[in-house]
Amino acid sequence: MIESDVFVQALQDIGVDFFTGVPDSILGGIIAELMERRLYTPAVREDEAVAMAAGAYMSGKVPAVLMQNSGLGTCLNTLISLNMIYCQPCVLIVSWRGYHGKDAPEHLVMGDVMPRFLDTMKIPHRTLSEKTAIDDLKWLAETFMKQRIPVALLITKGVVKGLHP
Amino acid sequence: MQSRAMAMAALLELLTDQPVIICNGFPSREAYKIADRPTHFYMIGSMGSASAIGLGVALAKPKKQVVIFDGDGNVLMGMGTLATVGALKPKNFIHVVFDNEVYGSTGNQPTISNVVPLEKVAKAAGYVNVERVREREDLVYEFKDMLKKDGPSMLLVKVNEMVEDVGRVMLDPPDITKRFMQAIA
Repeated sequence: MIESDVFVQALQDIGVDFFTGVPDSILGGIIAELMERRLYTPAVREDEAVAMAAGAYMSGKVPAVLMQNSGLGTCLNTLISLNMIYCQPCVLIVSWRGYHGKDAPEHLVMGDVMPRFLDTMKIPHRTLSEKTAIDDLKWLAETFMKQRIPVALLITKGVVKGLHP
Repeated sequence: MQSRAMAMAALLELLTDQPVIICNGFPSREAYKIADRPTHFYMIGSMGSASAIGLGVALAKPKKQVVIFDGDGNVLMGMGTLATVGALKPKNFIHVVFDNEVYGSTGNQPTISNVVPLEKVAKAAGYVNVERVREREDLVYEFKDMLKKDGPSMLLVKVNEMVEDVGRVMLDPPDITKRFMQAIA
């Protein structure tokens, strides 16, 4: 399991310096660490977080938005008609609820279709694993800056340490 | 009551190099026609997001005064952002809402801002200064005052439904991003 502080440090090391989002239990440890470092600006909806990140990007920051995968639906239009149309990159740290059909009912549909959904949206994505973490982060940094669009790093339960073991 | 374009022109005369985020629809097209400046970020989609984009700029550039030109339909759509702004209290955030009580860009369907006073919602959410104005001289007076004060501030301007004869914003969105970034760097 990756420690939250190691994960946050790795994001900072690739240049991310503006963090916002809406919480999920899988992301609990990461958000606690970001708050500890006074780097996190909480948003009330995922589309708001994405728009705030866009404003920060245009002001010289490298932004990341944290969200549960249900939030991808909420911020879809912002990702398309702001980030993609205006060529504004954003790192999306998305928790994969409903992974392999094991979760509460409200997560099962998005959990099942998410990779295809992101493919359809032409949002590059990769699923973080402890073994490939260094490559995953390197891929994230390169894709994000080269393509100038949102790029998603998907996090399944138990890969990064949460608030509760 | 004055038109939005007249009110907007009066405010743009008072601005110089402040970043201005302008919401989608006719407001962006009118601002582009009245005075196109590289410090303007014209939105063409993502309705409801102007204030959140402005908040991102305000947080990342605390020394610059950030102005948002918004509409009643836009504010209603992204109403949660009033709460985020009210909670974070960026001092450099001036939110101008041109309230014509209709979705003007899609054929004047009514919004609900005739019965929901948006500046009172903003005040309850934590905005420091809020004003509602109708006349041009009040508009100019209050906006000048807000430029001098610590925010977040909301200036709600009641305007009529008249729309200027304007074309689309003739800039490619990626160029709007680049130009705006260079202008506020």
